[in-house]
Amino acid sequence: MPKLEIDGRQIEVRDGATVMDAANALGIAIPHFCYHKKLSIAANCRMCLVQVEKAPKPMPACATPVVEGMKVFTESEYARTAQKSVMEFLLINHPLDCPICDQGGECQLQDLAVGYGKSASRYREEKRVVFHKNIGPLVSMEEMSRCIHCTRCVRFGQEIAGVMELGMMGRGEHAEIVSFVGRSVDSELSGNMIDLCPVGALTSKPFRYGARTWELARRKSVSPHDSLGSNLIVQVMANKVMRVLPLENEELNECWLSDRDRFSYQGLNAADRLTQPMLKIDGKWREANWQEALAAVAKGLKNVRTQHGPETLGALAAPHSTLEELYLLGKLMRGIGSQNIDFRLRQMDFSADAKRTGAPWLGMKVADISRLDRVLVVGSFLRMDHPLVASRMRQAAKRGQQVNLIHATDDDLLMTVVNKAIVPPQALPDMLAQVVKAVAELKQKPVPAPLAGIGVGDAAKNIAASLNTGANTGVFLGNLAGQHPQAAQLQLLAQELAGLLGAGVGFFGEAANSVGGYLAQAVPGAGGLNAAAMLAAPRKAYVLLNTEPELDCNDPRAAIKAMHATEFVISLSAYKGYALEYANVMLPIAPFTETSGTFINAEGRMQSFNGVVRPLGDARPAWKVLRVLGNLLGIKGFDYDSSEQVRDEIARPDEVAAKLDNRLSGIALQIPPAAVAGLQRVADVPIYFSDAIVRRSAALQQTSAAALPRAWMHAALLDKLGLKAGQAVKVRQGDGEAVVNAARDDRLPLGCVRLAAGHPATRDLGPMAGDISVEPQ
Amino acid sequence: MLSAESLKRIDREIAKFPAEQKQSAVIAALAIAQDEKGWLATETMDFVAQYLGMAPIAVYEVASFYNMYDLAPVGRHKLTVCTNLPCALSGGVDAAEHLKQCLGVGFNETTADGRVTLKQGECMGACGDAPVLLVNNKRMCGSMSNDKLDKLLAELK
Amino acid sequence: MLDYGPDAILMKGLDGSNWRLKDYEARGGYDALKKILRENIAPEAVIAEVKKSGLRGRGGAGFPAGLKWSFMPKQYAGAKYLVCNTDEGEPGTFKDRDIIRYNPHMLIEGMLIGAYATGAGVGYNYIHGEIWAEYELFERALDEAHAAGYLGKNILGTDFSFELHAFHGYGAYVCGEETGLLESVEGKKGQPRFKPPFPASYGLYGKPTTINNTETFAAVPWIINHGGDAFLALGRPNNGGTKIFSVSGHVNRPGNYEVRLGTPFAKLLEMAGGMRGGKRIKAVIPGGSSAPVIPGEIMMQTDLDFDCVAKAGSMLGSGAVIVMDETTCMVRALERLSYFYFEESCGQCTPCREGTGWMYRVVHRIEHGKGRQEDLDLLSNVADNIAGRTICALGDAAAGPVKSFVKHFREEFQYHIDHKRCMVNVPGGYFTVSNPSAGRAA
Repeated sequence: MPKLEIDGRQIEVRDGATVMDAANALGIAIPHFCYHKKLSIAANCRMCLVQVEKAPKPMPACATPVVEGMKVFTESEYARTAQKSVMEFLLINHPLDCPICDQGGECQLQDLAVGYGKSASRYREEKRVVFHKNIGPLVSMEEMSRCIHCTRCVRFGQEIAGVMELGMMGRGEHAEIVSFVGRSVDSELSGNMIDLCPVGALTSKPFRYGARTWELARRKSVSPHDSLGSNLIVQVMANKVMRVLPLENEELNECWLSDRDRFSYQGLNAADRLTQPMLKIDGKWREANWQEALAAVAKGLKNVRTQHGPETLGALAAPHSTLEELYLLGKLMRGIGSQNIDFRLRQMDFSADAKRTGAPWLGMKVADISRLDRVLVVGSFLRMDHPLVASRMRQAAKRGQQVNLIHATDDDLLMTVVNKAIVPPQALPDMLAQVVKAVAELKQKPVPAPLAGIGVGDAAKNIAASLNTGANTGVFLGNLAGQHPQAAQLQLLAQELAGLLGAGVGFFGEAANSVGGYLAQAVPGAGGLNAAAMLAAPRKAYVLLNTEPELDCNDPRAAIKAMHATEFVISLSAYKGYALEYANVMLPIAPFTETSGTFINAEGRMQSFNGVVRPLGDARPAWKVLRVLGNLLGIKGFDYDSSEQVRDEIARPDEVAAKLDNRLSGIALQIPPAAVAGLQRVADVPIYFSDAIVRRSAALQQTSAAALPRAWMHAALLDKLGLKAGQAVKVRQGDGEAVVNAARDDRLPLGCVRLAAGHPATRDLGPMAGDISVEPQ
Repeated sequence: MLSAESLKRIDREIAKFPAEQKQSAVIAALAIAQDEKGWLATETMDFVAQYLGMAPIAVYEVASFYNMYDLAPVGRHKLTVCTNLPCALSGGVDAAEHLKQCLGVGFNETTADGRVTLKQGECMGACGDAPVLLVNNKRMCGSMSNDKLDKLLAELK
Repeated sequence: MLDYGPDAILMKGLDGSNWRLKDYEARGGYDALKKILRENIAPEAVIAEVKKSGLRGRGGAGFPAGLKWSFMPKQYAGAKYLVCNTDEGEPGTFKDRDIIRYNPHMLIEGMLIGAYATGAGVGYNYIHGEIWAEYELFERALDEAHAAGYLGKNILGTDFSFELHAFHGYGAYVCGEETGLLESVEGKKGQPRFKPPFPASYGLYGKPTTINNTETFAAVPWIINHGGDAFLALGRPNNGGTKIFSVSGHVNRPGNYEVRLGTPFAKLLEMAGGMRGGKRIKAVIPGGSSAPVIPGEIMMQTDLDFDCVAKAGSMLGSGAVIVMDETTCMVRALERLSYFYFEESCGQCTPCREGTGWMYRVVHRIEHGKGRQEDLDLLSNVADNIAGRTICALGDAAAGPVKSFVKHFREEFQYHIDHKRCMVNVPGGYFTVSNPSAGRAA
């Protein structure tokens, strides 16, 4: 713990700390560009040169380790001269285009030039011109002459995103930041490079020339997409969301955002945004006022209840809805006598319902993931489903965390995965059971009786050996596990394993309110039907909240059939979508940016937020709409003054923890056979098709991750079926079929076809798991 | 993509380094690839990246950093003449001028028949033999009087 | 027979073809290694002997070799590396090329002893990209050494093992900087690393690494054979041994000469056949292009050792002596050197990336008759702003010539600015023969 003195102030720092660390701890600002607390030290900008007593030359604060008794001067004449000379060098080739630069007003170079630059340049030679590049729809590299070669973007790719897509080519004055010969940057975290760029070289393509930064109001919010609950700064101008930036929260998103969180805002005001209540009269849509529309809804629901009984009413809600919305919808349904409500639209296996002791959750804090030394991930498209959890694990893996994976696909996680078992989806329980058995044997603990007949293979043994040596282990169930036909069995096995290891266990969780939905009781009550059952046995009326069932439900074909077969559909949504085809009433509700509300993230953190803009057109916050509906239907207890009041009725923040519990009681282990006869479908939900807002973000839809779904198969399977990669094929599930192109992925296990769900191209197909057939078109 | 012979040479280079440090062979692998292909096209760099388990951009960084790689096609013979100060004091620039006149091209240009590309080089570590030039990166020719330059040009078909 | 001068000990008895193992052994080669292994001399004792010899790094910085070796951690469980820097690209320097083509086994033996002393298990010799024939020859020498049991596992039947490989660069001056070189061996751009940490604690692949110049390693066998004291006695205190000087420029017999450190420059010039055409000596760069230029008259009074050359205002550097006669335009000379540093800057850190181009452009303007009155002060100031503020010494190397040329030959630069032409008016001067019109700014 060396002590040093900076500008006359003393401080003691940890061993290995740099002068920059010490200065930061003292609150002394040292100018810098290349230094970033989350990235490796490059020491290339030289802006942080300071005077160190007895050193023969100025030293870069970011890279100089503190030595006991060191005396540092950050503002002495000597230090200032060095800093100013570096600033001069940075500016000689930097264009003086601040007035038309998107970075203006939030530019580190501009800010520091005020303090360290001169009013006129001594450089009278020709300035460097660097050609623009196109690296895709998200990050603009239009003005690369502005680049100051700090390499933050390059290091971000290498170190945080885990994939080096940008590099600095050439050398000397001709060095420039490029992608590989015109290739796009496809990282799901690419937008962070925009934040990291200290100048206007990398800017946001969707935001480009949209506004000046000082015209924007900054408002806090929470991401409605994945279950992390990333904290957002939403920047607003003239009642419009102009841009989304990370709000630093070390315990959740750190200083990052996934591209989904950052660029989804483009979908908020999509062309099919619903801004006026609409009624379908005699098969024709017409706009209505709220009073009319709500009256029609109340009447319609009452009619169905009267004619067919309350059990024929069903409600489906997206897990991206707010806590308050989910709760009031459930309360409304129960108020009119139906227990049929569910928010778990992509779930298949509901056998754990009524066996749960509490809401399933991550089982630990998000930040705890960083401290695990062993991890087993079961059934997760980790990078696409949980980009920043993946990034957190990537950093931990570099520090020695051993990541093990059991999954049905082998996408590159861009981190070291020490062991993986890639098996067909139906074999996931068997594989996990093998690991349980292997660990039990290593621990010399009794093997659970139902696993007696399970044969343990090498993959399981290797995973077990890794997990067995951990002191702090986590077992996580991903989206594929949660959506699996034997989800409850997988959970039981995971718990069994965690018990043997003394490990934490939990679900990553699919969406912003995957935990909150349970607390909001947006699940079927006694005798009620779950999401799948409501579609399998179509109801006479449906209330849809924030959902496009044909894209959000596990079995889109069943959803479409149910919606078309029913008598009355009410869609509460920010968008028209497919509801135009089958709904009777469309109520325009506010997306997360236009309403107050709450998300409870995977770790059980309750995060409330306010609307950042007024609702568009005649849209209204859904909690208010449901409140009025409750009153119209004569249900008691719908007199709320604020969403906070609704929230407090559900749970106060400090009450959440007590309601989280992954334990199941009263379910027996029953491992299904690993081998089945026919081809099995593996369905991921592509990152930019996860919910209604993302699906409408124009920029995200232009990324390579948003490409049309293809039927991916192992080469041997393609051969066996007489197919060639690239050829159009007809894919069937039951009576549903879709035409897509075949594609080859030799990392897939034999016997399965990977075909994305959540996409219009596959909405005529059946469930996300189960039998599938492929034939030439 | 590359011939078996080239791959064998690359494998020999890879064997010089620890198993987890295949990237160390990239400089040699690119040189070998350039020997075979004449220059480094995007596909060639992509192939080398894949062969060594590197990000393509990392290969591109290397290929664009070291100045003996050619990222665009060159003539059948690439002549790199050192014009740095020690050579210039002993006729390096004169030799380059002579070549320019004989070939009718300037630095970084290729004769119309695609025979010779002329490049200006930096120090080759052979200043005592000035004027010096390199033929296709590999063959160094020293004490290049105009006579010797003429003979060399006659030899390069 | 190649003649490196009467003082030669390292380059003695070479004829250009007797580089093979049997020839080297006939000259007493590998005796030093055998002696160490036979007598089981402790690594610490080897380092002590090298320290005693006063052997200073021959690559340019002149850091005491024995001291450098002693920085290697002794109790280190993992791999340790030994790296030789034959990336000889400092303009004016061409001595290491002779060592690896005429006496490669001397280097191999020196590296073996270095590996023994530092505990390194694997070594690389990084060879300049432009010398392919020498690289191939060195690989053949390695094969010979391997076949004879000097390299590999259990060398000469002992517990000592060492693998040595040749690495061929591909054209980047900055890789001559030791950490740039290590990055290059790792398969990256040769961008130097910030130090600390130094290679002895964080070197190749992050492992402890010792890196020395070719000539440094090559001197080690002689030191072991004859003792550190004997080597020291060849030179001067703190400047032990002989040194190979590469003489280029306006002399009658450019080439390499091995002389004792402390030999007067005038003597070296004489060995190189004196000034070409009997012209007057104008200036000398005594230690490779990065060393400050010194007026000829001062140089003629200077002895060639690290301390004397430093006292004269320059650096002994790599021992590359660039001699310029009265026909040389110093503006033109600086323009070419400035272009070199501009061209070879790695682009990593700001002062060098931006400053080398700035300096080159200003000198280029002056040379081409577009100089401004404020340019000379500007040049010196820009050079000052680069020096000492960069990650590696290339920034200093680029600044050094600019400052020294302007300092010693300011009137010549001023004349260019004032008269838009050169004051050097000697027929046959640098650049003037083949290019009389373009060569002089009108």
